[in-house]
Amino acid sequence: MDSRPPPPPLPKRRLTALDWLLFGLVALGIGLVVWRVNAVLVYDWNWPRVFGFVARFDEERGQWVANLLLQGLLTTIRLAFWGTILAALIGLVMGWWRTCDSLALRIISRTYVELIRNIPPLVFIFIFYFFIASQIFPAIGLETINTKSPWVDNTAFRIAFGDPALFTNFLSGLICLALFEAAYITEIVRAGIQSVPKGQWEAGRAIGLSPTSLLRDIIFPQALRKILPPLAGQFITLIKDSAIISLISVQELTFLATEVAASTTKVFETWILVGGMYFALCYLFAFIFARLERRAGRSARQET
Amino acid sequence: MSETPLVEITGLCKWFGEFSALWDINLSVMRGEKVVICGPSGSGKSTLIRCINQLEEHQKGSIRVDGQEVRPGMKGIEKIRREVGMVFQSFNLFAHMSVLDNLTLGPVRNRGMAPAEARELAMSYLEKVRIAEQAAKYPAQLSGGQQQRVAIARALCMQPKLMLFDEPTSALDPEMIAGVLEVMEGLARDGMTMIVVTHEMGFARRVADRVVFMDKGEIVETAPPEAFFGAPRTARAAEFLSQLLAH
Repeated sequence: MDSRPPPPPLPKRRLTALDWLLFGLVALGIGLVVWRVNAVLVYDWNWPRVFGFVARFDEERGQWVANLLLQGLLTTIRLAFWGTILAALIGLVMGWWRTCDSLALRIISRTYVELIRNIPPLVFIFIFYFFIASQIFPAIGLETINTKSPWVDNTAFRIAFGDPALFTNFLSGLICLALFEAAYITEIVRAGIQSVPKGQWEAGRAIGLSPTSLLRDIIFPQALRKILPPLAGQFITLIKDSAIISLISVQELTFLATEVAASTTKVFETWILVGGMYFALCYLFAFIFARLERRAGRSARQET
Repeated sequence: MSETPLVEITGLCKWFGEFSALWDINLSVMRGEKVVICGPSGSGKSTLIRCINQLEEHQKGSIRVDGQEVRPGMKGIEKIRREVGMVFQSFNLFAHMSVLDNLTLGPVRNRGMAPAEARELAMSYLEKVRIAEQAAKYPAQLSGGQQQRVAIARALCMQPKLMLFDEPTSALDPEMIAGVLEVMEGLARDGMTMIVVTHEMGFARRVADRVVFMDKGEIVETAPPEAFFGAPRTARAAEFLSQLLAH
């Protein structure tokens, strides 16, 4: 073995002339659009005007403060954070119900998934908002919460949920978004649970595990590893879908961007900037998830 | 040996859809007895032993384990399963757990055993199946034969009254089979009650008190191993044995 020579290098993949031609075509296309916008469209670009809506200098307090767009981005991040947690919880329970023995629970979860998946998100949001959020919230007394009380108006609450005065509004948007995304997560969880080989269930039953222990100790840990990639994709979709919540006046990034675009008439700059913000946020999440997956993959490799 | 049988099956019938998988099975297994079930594939051997711990639900007949009736969809089936160890053809070790965790899960979750005590118990069984040095590894890092020995130890950790073996050596490479059979023979010597579905005739001759031959979902012949292998009474058993010996 020791006398064998080291391996010769394998051929490297290089960009060919055809690849460069392809790049050239793409660049040409982009150039064409830019030229059209500059030459044909009479538009007065004014980036500083829009940047002013990200953050502005408060003369009274003598410091920089977040303006509309940054506030909107923060609300979107809050929506994404709580929405992810809530959607994951609902999706986990519903996904488990989809696969459990009880017919009643299977009917409930199946109905939930089919209802939401077969209605356009926009329509669902309107129905939810007008019939549920504006009826149920007052009924359980959410509207009468004193937003000035120190229990609500404190730093921790502001960091977690934003302006207390807008809390019910934020909450209805959050629940709406979570319910919507959870239907898709339900199906991912169901597929994950069903992907665990039958032998694992049988072995767990054969040593006399209770149904709860079987799920918690055997099935969920193995399912979770399989569903991590599609789950990550769904969470990123959740961030992007949060833009629709703007239609029920939740003051997140898209809602405030509409206002900025309307009041400044700097439509192009606003939406390009907002697009960049969404891209940065989603790409960051994708990056974090990819790292998590690699970590999970490392420990899984040890097992297989 | 006590008078009442540990397993008592009467008039057992089982269908998969329209297909009749088991028909009028009557079988009693006494404490300490070793029964080998053989027969052509699809004859219902596996289905029969899987009915005993209700991995398959039967439609007719009665199964009693240690005096207690086992019924489909019953409450408290877990209690009965804890007394009945099972070893599968494809091992079915918990893939995301180390060997040691595979063994301790049952005692800790089902018997409320302290983790340290469970680890001690697990190590003693791993030593018994001669695989203690692999305790920290994951199932996929072991060979098939090692995995099956771990699976036997996992079942033993529940300290069952009865062990069911569902073709435990059929998925193994030839050189792995001997180690698994040795462990099973040791278990038999210790007096464990065993029902074994297998085609290992050598094992059946050495260990079995009775051989049960099944065909098309029925018990065709029951006999001591020497009698069964030497001079089967039924034509179907004779044909099966000649096919088994042909290769």
